[in-house]
Formats: sequence, C-alpha cells, structure tokens
Amino acid sequence: MTQTVSRPGAGAQQVPLPLDVEAVRADFPILSRTVRDGKRLVYLDSGATSQKPRSVLDAERDFYETCNAAPHRGAHQLAEEATARYEGARATVAGFLGAPAEEIVFTRNSTEAINLVAYALSNAATAKEPAFRRYAVGQGDEIVVTEMEHHANLVPWQQLCERTGATLRWLGLTDDGRLDLSDLGTVVNERTRLVAVTQQSNILGTINPLGGIVARAREVGALVLVDGAQSVPHQPVDVTTLGADFLVFSGHKMLGPTGVGVLWGRYEVLDALPPFLTGGSMIEVVRMEGSTFMPPPQRFEAGVPMAAQVVGLGAAVEYLQRLGMASVQAHEEALTGYALARLAEIPGVTVIGPPDTVARGGAVSFTVDGIHPHDVGQVLDDLGVEVRVGHHCAWPVVRRYGVPATTRATFYVHTGYDDVDALADGIREAQRFFGVAQG
Amino acid sequence: MQLQSMYQDIILDHYRNPHGRGLREPFEAEVHHVNPTCGDEVTLRVHLDGDTLADVSYEGMGCSISQASVSAMYELVVGRPVTDALATGEHFMTLMQSKGDPSVAEKLEDELEDAVAFAGVSKYPARIKCALMSWMALKDASARALSATAPAGGENA
Repeated sequence: MTQTVSRPGAGAQQVPLPLDVEAVRADFPILSRTVRDGKRLVYLDSGATSQKPRSVLDAERDFYETCNAAPHRGAHQLAEEATARYEGARATVAGFLGAPAEEIVFTRNSTEAINLVAYALSNAATAKEPAFRRYAVGQGDEIVVTEMEHHANLVPWQQLCERTGATLRWLGLTDDGRLDLSDLGTVVNERTRLVAVTQQSNILGTINPLGGIVARAREVGALVLVDGAQSVPHQPVDVTTLGADFLVFSGHKMLGPTGVGVLWGRYEVLDALPPFLTGGSMIEVVRMEGSTFMPPPQRFEAGVPMAAQVVGLGAAVEYLQRLGMASVQAHEEALTGYALARLAEIPGVTVIGPPDTVARGGAVSFTVDGIHPHDVGQVLDDLGVEVRVGHHCAWPVVRRYGVPATTRATFYVHTGYDDVDALADGIREAQRFFGVAQG
Repeated sequence: MQLQSMYQDIILDHYRNPHGRGLREPFEAEVHHVNPTCGDEVTLRVHLDGDTLADVSYEGMGCSISQASVSAMYELVVGRPVTDALATGEHFMTLMQSKGDPSVAEKLEDELEDAVAFAGVSKYPARIKCALMSWMALKDASARALSATAPAGGENA
C-alpha cells in the first residue's frame, strides 16, 4: 500500500518549538521502539497516560535498590531513608504547586482523590467528632459540576448525592466547546456546598476560566474542587492564585508512575474533614472502643503508601521543572495551533472543541465524516500513530455534541511537528481506505 | 499492512449494506447492549416461532466491525432453531479467541459462513468486543424470549 503524504497548507505555521524535541525524545526509552511492523512510534495518547523519562524509571528503581522500607514505620536506617525520600517527594510536589507540604495528600490517582473528598463530605454527617461535621453534605444541599467533566469528576458526586439526599446540578456547554456560564448565578447558589470543575477538558481541550466560578462559589460559601488531571501536567498551576479549596491530579499523566496521585487541599479545610480510608498510618491512638486520627496529610494516607511511585512522581516533577512549565505549555500551544490548521485542511474532518488556541490545551478531538472513530484509530494504529478513540470517559460531552465517539490526539513534551504530520497523513489514509476521501 | 486482514471486503460490504437492519414487530424480547469502553450500542429484538428464530431485528451505532458483525449474524441465525443459533454464537466466540490462528478459522468455515471473515479481528484484542456485542445481545434476547414464551409451570417448576 502506498502511504498518503501531504504537505502542510499555507495556514499551518511551524513556529520554532520551545522544547528541543529530539533531546526530549532521547530521554524516553519507549520512544525508541517501533510498532506494527517497524513503524516509528507516534505517541499521541498522553492524555490517557504519559510515557516516562529515564529519570523517573531510575528514581523508582533506585528507591527499591537502595532504601526500600515502609515510610513512617520502624526506626531502622532503611525506614529513615525511605521516609526521607517519601517526604522529600512531598516537598517537591508541594513546591511545584506553591503549597506547603502538609497540604499534599498522596492518593492512588485523581479518581481516588475525588472520591476521598466526596466520601469525607458524606462521612462528615455521621462523624462522632463535632469538628469533622463542618462540611457535612445532606438533604437540601446542592453539588455543582459541569457537563464537561471526566466521569471521575462526575460519578463520585452523583454517588455522594445518592448517599446524602443532596441534589446534583451542572453548568452546560456552548456549541464551541466552552462552559456556558450564563446561569452561573442561579446554578451556584446559597444551597451549593461544593463546585467541582475541570481546569482543562480531557476531550475538548478547553481551559476553563476558573476565576468567575471561584468568585461565585466564595460568595455563597461553597467549596471548590478543581480537577487538574489534564492541567497540572501541561500548564503552570499555582494554588496560591487558583482560589480553590482542592486540586486533584494523577502522576501517570505527568510523566510519573501509575498508582500515585495527589490531592492538594487548603489546610484549614483538610483539617475539618473526617477520613475516607482508615487503618494503619492515619491513627493517633487506637483502643478497642474507638480511635483518634492524625492531622492532615497523614489522616488521609491509610496503609503503607506507594513509596517508590511517590519518589518517581517527585522525579517527574523535577523533570518538568527542568523543562519549565511555561515552556511546556507554549510547546503544546504551538503544536495545537499547527494541528488545528492541518486538520482544517482535510475535508470531512470536524474538530469537537474550541477551533483556535485561545484558552485551549493540547487535546484535539475530531470526527471524520463516514468513518467511525474506532476505524479511524485502527488505520492510524496501523501507521504507528497511537491515539485514543471512544467517549474518553466523558460520555455526556460526546452526547452533547451529537456524536457517538471521537478520535482524540493529545500532545506532550516529546511531540513534534512530524507527529502532527503523521496524524494528518493518517487521517487522509483512513479516508482513502474507507473510500470517503473528498479532496 | 495488516489492515486488510481485519477489514475483509465481506465485512466492509456488510457495514455499507447491512442486512436485516431496522426494528420490527412482532417480538417477544428486546435488549439494549452497549460497549462501555467505546459507547457502541445495539438494540436487538427477537421474534420466536416455537423454538425457531423467526426474526432478529436491530438498530445500532458503532464502528464497522460491530455493525458488520450484527449484519452477518442476522444472515446466519434467522430461520434457525435458537439452540443452533446459540451454538453458532459459541463458534464465533471460539473464532474471536483464536488470536488469528488460521486453522481455527478453517475448521469453522462451514458453521460461520460470512462470519468467518471476522477471523482477522481476533488479532486485535481491543476490537474483539466490537464483534461480539451483537452475539451477546442475541444470547440475552433469546433467553428472555424463551422465558417469556415458556408455558406457565414449565419443566423447572
């Protein structure tokens, strides 16, 4: 089969990229492998999970080889060293966000971090300790989300409402992939206990204007949880200016290992929340009749933690800091602008989401007339181009835009213009293969 | 280029010109199956005449593999006893688990007719569930139709 190769049109500008793509690629061992009979790996699925640079893999291995022990337990030398590495990573993550270390809670991933907050809010209603009842959610209360949320920032709130009798409300979307804030003043009201909103959509790429939402939540005394799973890996995020009470994100989407995520919470709020998971590590005094709990963050880290993965996440943060988050964001913005222009050249391709790079990250979802996204993805895969297909764990979003699913390309630090060209050529190849090419 | 091994012409023909598509009356059972990882959906009705599948009608949306699979299944099962149809479904399952082993497809050629063209799908684990969705829906709908039409106080009473 002859491969389709097309030249970029006049609208697709290759501005100099802020990151040295070849140097970055050399740091990622997996990028040297080939796929599907010797094709170069064009990895455009960092939004699902990112690849790992060697420094992260080395940090995890080094922890196991040199100081493996259970942190915060035992008095032997290995335990001391393991604890120092674990807490060192906490300090690194805290510094990355502009937060004090005691506001950083390690979880399994964003999903668990959100569930931690949701269960804490329902546990608060029945907490024995009066101090833990401050944020209790119950009948008559309202939780606000948006139609743009990943299932991880939607289903836990639906479930919280089912457990407590609270009501779930949501902000809708505009046709061009933005939050519809026209009814913000009524949807977020005196009954609202918490607003949960994503900072960057995993499917549309939209970067949300959190300022107005946070201000409205403050007016009515509601908490704000920001889903940073797609923002913290891709743009500078500073919790001192974010205005939120909680921020969650996953290590594996930001060059770190799987199995580690972060809940950042304002200390005052964390301190008033009862625990979610209970057991070892999080207790103060245990008697047969009952127990008392440690202050945050330990209160929310029950059981032996994923220490090697936390250390790996610390190395991932250091890697991103070396590149500079402003450069990472600018890099992806340049690629996104180029990708939007290249996709616009292909008849039959429709981007679902903002059509330009204004307040937009590097998740580019699209449909191809006459070809189901799975089939688009299959042809791309055959060419070594790895994208995500389906509803991207944001089923209400695809439903809102009247499509069964989309194909999604996401960019990261190792993505170059050649990857975007491979995507554009692959889409044309899919159109040729399925006999729907229009030009 | 391995794509052709999956997208056989027979599959693409079924996809472009599906057989038996559309929901029809009468029916004894209707089921709605979704593939939660990708959002593909099929609504499928079964009409029994005694123990025979007198009609299988369906509507759905999804990829070429899922849509072609339900069309090929329609051709294979309508007019046959439920037990035969479900046995064919088991053969199709075996084919999907064959990891592209040509000897499996060869053995099943007579039973599966056009559906043997899906052998190439078995090399792509992520797509097997697309091909199987309609067969799962048929199994479910047949069981419901049989229990709906079973005389009261049947053999299990």
